[in-house]
Amino acid sequence: MPDLHLTGIVKHYGSVVAVDHVDLHLPAGKFVCFLGPSGCGKTTLLRMIAGLEAPTKGRIKLGEEDITDRPTHRRGVGMVFQSLALFPHLTVGENIAYGMRIRNAPKADTERRVEELLQLVHLPGLGSRNVSQLSGGQRQRVAIARALALDPALFLLDEPLSALDAKLREAMQVELRLLQRRLGVTTILVTHDQREAMTTADLIAVMAHGRVQQIGSPLEIYRNPANTFVADFIGSTNMLPASIAERPGAVWVDGVVFPVAKLPAGVAPGREVTLSVRPEELHLLTGDMDQRGEAVLTGTVSFVRDVGQSVEVFVECGGRSVTVVGSPKEVPPVKAGDAVRVAFPAEACVVLAQ
Amino acid sequence: MRAYGRSTLVLAYPALVLGMFLLVPFGIMAALSVFRRVPAGTFEPAMVPDNYLNLLTPFFLDRIGFTLGLSAAVAVVCVALGFPFTYLLTRLPRRRQVPWLVFLLAVLALSEVIVGFAWSVLLSRTAGLSNLLVWLGLLSQPESWAPGLTAMMLGLCYLAFPYTVLVLYPSLSRLDPSYLEAARTLGASPLRGFFGVIVPVSRPAILATLVMVFVFALGAYVLPQLLGRPQHWTLAVHITDQALSRSNVPAAAAMSITLLLASLALVLVTAALGNRRKEQP
Amino acid sequence: MRALAGIFMGLIGLVLAAPLAVVAGISLNQRKMMLFPPQGLSFQWYGELFRDEGWRNAMLNSLSLALCAALFATSIALPIAYAVWRWNSRFARALHAMGSTPFILPPVITALGFLVFWTMSGFYGSFGAVVISHGIFLVTLPLITVSLGFAGIDPAYTEAAATLGADDRTVFRTVVLPMVLPYVVSGFVFAFVISLNEYIISYMVAGFTVETLPIKVFNSIRYGYTPVMAAVSVVFILVALVAFGLVGRFGDLPRLLGAWAPKD
Repeated sequence: MPDLHLTGIVKHYGSVVAVDHVDLHLPAGKFVCFLGPSGCGKTTLLRMIAGLEAPTKGRIKLGEEDITDRPTHRRGVGMVFQSLALFPHLTVGENIAYGMRIRNAPKADTERRVEELLQLVHLPGLGSRNVSQLSGGQRQRVAIARALALDPALFLLDEPLSALDAKLREAMQVELRLLQRRLGVTTILVTHDQREAMTTADLIAVMAHGRVQQIGSPLEIYRNPANTFVADFIGSTNMLPASIAERPGAVWVDGVVFPVAKLPAGVAPGREVTLSVRPEELHLLTGDMDQRGEAVLTGTVSFVRDVGQSVEVFVECGGRSVTVVGSPKEVPPVKAGDAVRVAFPAEACVVLAQ
Repeated sequence: MRAYGRSTLVLAYPALVLGMFLLVPFGIMAALSVFRRVPAGTFEPAMVPDNYLNLLTPFFLDRIGFTLGLSAAVAVVCVALGFPFTYLLTRLPRRRQVPWLVFLLAVLALSEVIVGFAWSVLLSRTAGLSNLLVWLGLLSQPESWAPGLTAMMLGLCYLAFPYTVLVLYPSLSRLDPSYLEAARTLGASPLRGFFGVIVPVSRPAILATLVMVFVFALGAYVLPQLLGRPQHWTLAVHITDQALSRSNVPAAAAMSITLLLASLALVLVTAALGNRRKEQP
Repeated sequence: MRALAGIFMGLIGLVLAAPLAVVAGISLNQRKMMLFPPQGLSFQWYGELFRDEGWRNAMLNSLSLALCAALFATSIALPIAYAVWRWNSRFARALHAMGSTPFILPPVITALGFLVFWTMSGFYGSFGAVVISHGIFLVTLPLITVSLGFAGIDPAYTEAAATLGADDRTVFRTVVLPMVLPYVVSGFVFAFVISLNEYIISYMVAGFTVETLPIKVFNSIRYGYTPVMAAVSVVFILVALVAFGLVGRFGDLPRLLGAWAPKD
């Protein structure tokens, strides 16, 4: 199975730039998520890969083959649409068999394959049902089976789970991931839901303003966001304005020196940067608790959200709000108005130059 | 470029047919309207305004005035009755709307000939309504009420009423029901809510419908002959009369073109007004 | 209030039905008289419609005319509506506007246009001339319904078919056509019923050679009364009721007439 290469992809709609110079290499057999807010160009990029839109500039290559100008019906992609687009005038089985029917595949083969696919998506024996008789989750599975029916080189999904309720959506995410692993088909899922991307993907391409902001494994992106957009969009984070200190391996925050594990390349002392720290990495200190050599900010607790499973403490530190999250065992009991200190472990401090 | 080619291919047949059988006939008619009539009942190519100027004689001016007035009266009566009717119809559950719609469509489809015939029977002495009034004791003996201006008006309104309802139907069925509900929660009676809220919000639809029904009524041809007297003949009747009985095709063409331009102008102005309103937020 | 509304609608329904009921009544008279309520009860005038050669011919003329004209109108409307939906080109929109005009204008204008056209081309009075004239006049109806049908097709359906390997032609055959077919049929039915009832265009194009039922009824009225006229009227009403009833039963009549699609 070949890799997918996108080089210099640009898409204009009149004067609007939907996709702005995207270069991506998607390795064969991987599950890739295009993640970003609405209007970031992720769906447009997916539609260009499917051949449903033509790029204004740039090339799309599947392995060694340039498929930029190949019409959709000869690209060999399987796609699940946001509306699912199950043909209402065909039964479940006829929907799945559609691609084989129009190729005049032998009837017996088609029937066998349809039953096999129904098994695969856990809907055995429902082939003769009408699409309108299915539940939302069942329709989803039929759309997936139909897209996989022709063993596509690329399996594309355009926010297919967004219409499902939260519980069903999470179950389908896991199922989708397991299915992909079993089949080993190169898969691209477009989503605006970072949890969905974290659950399913080998690789996440975070997009904003028509550009890929960062591509990497879910943990890489979570731990080492490339910029403030990624840090803010993936999970929740504390972002503090900082500047590079003269001392090596440290930054200034509100007049306090913060040792950090790593500095971005080529930043001179005095340069304005942003410090991003995940709330679960912070320690909340009360009384004379030891700060273990970590940088601390002092402040006042403004609000405590205790949902049982975890405790979230909002601390006002010199006009800035810092959030600390931990299990009830880790977080000392505090209430609004308490004076506390927040400790920042050096290895959790991510310095973002932009 | 390829899409352009395919679109041309798909449209070749309809374009050819509409060009040949719609544009050409109208073009010929427009040309004929400025031709000169020769006494033998034919005409010769020319470029004269005579046929249009002839429309300015008292007789034709009177006919034009009568036709316009009649159509306007029909439009007003039909919209006055049709608007509340359509409003009530659209508030019914869908499954009860469908039989009404089927019935209205069936009446709308009925030939003018059959409508004219049916009304002449209903207003006749032997089988008509007056018999019912005699039976009820309101009339001493049955009488005939057709032909006449009232009979013709009744027939025309009957013809135009289903059309009125179907023209009003789209905009009224899309009307947000919360308008009236809001008015009700503010203490308005249903009748007051209807006249104070529904009618004002629907003013564009009412105006557009008045024009559409007016143009529709202009086309009445058989009813004036079946239910009216010769002094009630409309422009449509005179056009055919000129063309067939008097063999004065140029005159008929000039009348047709006048009617065409007037109708088109009315419809286009109404459509433009409707569009402008739609674009406003 | 609700009762008042019911009475108002009922009254309108009564007025709309009254002439039809009276016509149905007189069609059952035993003797050749125009009496209501009918005296004696007989279906002989309906039989006359089939026995009498003149009436039978008129009926056959009307039926074959309506069938051909509706087919012709639909065949023009379908490609125009498709092109507007698929490419939305200026040319397609211009044809769409052109096809929408004849039905809105007073029919006498179109009738005169056809009269001069067929006279000049030498086909005045021929069956084909009436078919084409009716088809052009009625093209508006299938144009409206088929356009509505296309507007209801989510582009994702055709895109999904393309990702499954269907080229344009296959997409049209396997997805688009089955989805608009109900609207094509409705448009055909509308055109058929209106053509059946149309008088002035048939009269001006071939009034003296192709005698349709409306023309025959009108001519008969001039020569005096026969109950067959009433019988024909009843048949017409029934045909229209059945045709539109079928559309209402199997299609989405409120949507066809311009209401939003039902909420599901």
